[in-house]
Amino acid sequence: MTERRTVDASLERVLREERTRLIASLVRILGDWDLAEELVQEAAIAAIEHWPADGVPRNPAAWLMTTARRRAIDRLRRDARFRDRLEQLGQEADEMDRPIATGGPLATDDRLRLIFTCCHPALSREAQVALTLRTVGGLDTAQVARAFLVPEATIAQRLVRAKRKIRDAGIPFRVPEASELPARLAGVLAVLYLVFNEGYLASDGSVVARRDLAADAEWLTSLLVRLMPDESEPLGLLALMRLHLARVEARFASDGSLVLLRDQDRSRWDAGAIGEAGRIVERALRMGRPGPYLLQAAIVAVHATAPSYAETDWAEIVALYDRLHALQPTPVVALNRGLALAELAGPVAALSEIEPLAARLDGYHLFHAARGELLRRQGRLDEARAADRRALALTENPAERRLLEERLATQDGA
Amino acid sequence: MKYMLLIGGTDDGWDHMTKDEQDALYRRIGQWWDERTAAGEMLEGHQLQDPSTATTVRRSRDGEVSVTDGPFVEGKEGIGGYGIIDVPDLDAAIRLASSWPAPDTLEIRPIIVRDAS
Repeated sequence: MTERRTVDASLERVLREERTRLIASLVRILGDWDLAEELVQEAAIAAIEHWPADGVPRNPAAWLMTTARRRAIDRLRRDARFRDRLEQLGQEADEMDRPIATGGPLATDDRLRLIFTCCHPALSREAQVALTLRTVGGLDTAQVARAFLVPEATIAQRLVRAKRKIRDAGIPFRVPEASELPARLAGVLAVLYLVFNEGYLASDGSVVARRDLAADAEWLTSLLVRLMPDESEPLGLLALMRLHLARVEARFASDGSLVLLRDQDRSRWDAGAIGEAGRIVERALRMGRPGPYLLQAAIVAVHATAPSYAETDWAEIVALYDRLHALQPTPVVALNRGLALAELAGPVAALSEIEPLAARLDGYHLFHAARGELLRRQGRLDEARAADRRALALTENPAERRLLEERLATQDGA
Repeated sequence: MKYMLLIGGTDDGWDHMTKDEQDALYRRIGQWWDERTAAGEMLEGHQLQDPSTATTVRRSRDGEVSVTDGPFVEGKEGIGGYGIIDVPDLDAAIRLASSWPAPDTLEIRPIIVRDAS
């Protein structure tokens, strides 16, 4: 007999590590996402029944996979809808009883197929996010709903619709071909970064589920890195996330208000984590032709390794923004370049750089906050106040609001 | 899998072309269509007359029929033609639609195939 507690602990550990692989493999065999989830659940229940008496198997992941696959075959045999599929899979069925190797050839890993299918461009971005968190990340519907502050029924419906579209529209379960890979990989990274930012930026410390979301996104990205070790952009995104997380403790004051980079207590940054992330950036840069996530990570790495705000290598940061702008000529990148330029060439030069962006960034609160800052530094206080008020009207994030309100109060008092 | 390609969009792209350019584009579309047909991907399809020639027939639940002028989806983008394609999956359908030579918008709709048995 094995103690129930030991069984629970082993099961929890193996499910956390192997659940995605189990789901992915079953989706490929069955082509049915709901059934795949059901079978993993059934295999877990079987483990709770058998392991206490038989002992925890030597390779628990393989045991779960074999159990789930056997049940899958039973289902296929019973269900007329799957008869064709069963014939098709006749060859594979023999292999199913054999324990599956963990850590097999990465190029054909089912988890990679799962990630690319969840992030297929024929699905809405909301559906991509929900499906990735639910199926790859293993969050339940309630957790996804809590993290995005939407009703559980909305997420449940999104998932049902997405799975139905995958089935009815014939979205294939595979890694895209080489010619399609750059665009499709960019789509996957966009989903992961969106999830991360939802947890990291939107967090004001009051909703714990959102900070967990940043950790989930980091885990999913590290999985992607393990599955595609030769691609530099997933490495770039992973380093970017880790550089943000390494400094998360210094982002908020004890009263929950946001602390700007310039005012952060750098001794509260995790220097070890920053060093590791910096090494990832260097390794990825050596792969050549850096993409937008890697360049952003390189920029953040310069900030994170500077001894103080004043001693930051602003010339390097402006140069990196130039390269980023060449790849992504968006007004937001131009705005950030302008802000770095302010430290290198002063607020007058920076302001004349960002003013032309006004038409395109009028609805973006950070544009007005940046303008307010540059105007204040030139002593143009009335204009600065007007810009800060415009920024305040455009954001609902409580931490950002508090910062702007404080700024306005200080100026009014001055 | 079989899909229907609904080919449409606004007239903007076409309106900006000269007659010669339009003729050249029609020839490219004809060639594209022939190649897809020869490859067994395009099963059938047609160009349609302008949406202004459309007539809409509506039959209500109590059996009342009304006939009106115009397409049933009013909007800037109208359907100018369709094709029925047979390809392995949605990615292949997207690739096929992406290679359409004209500045148009294409909608890919899976076709429900019912077994004869």
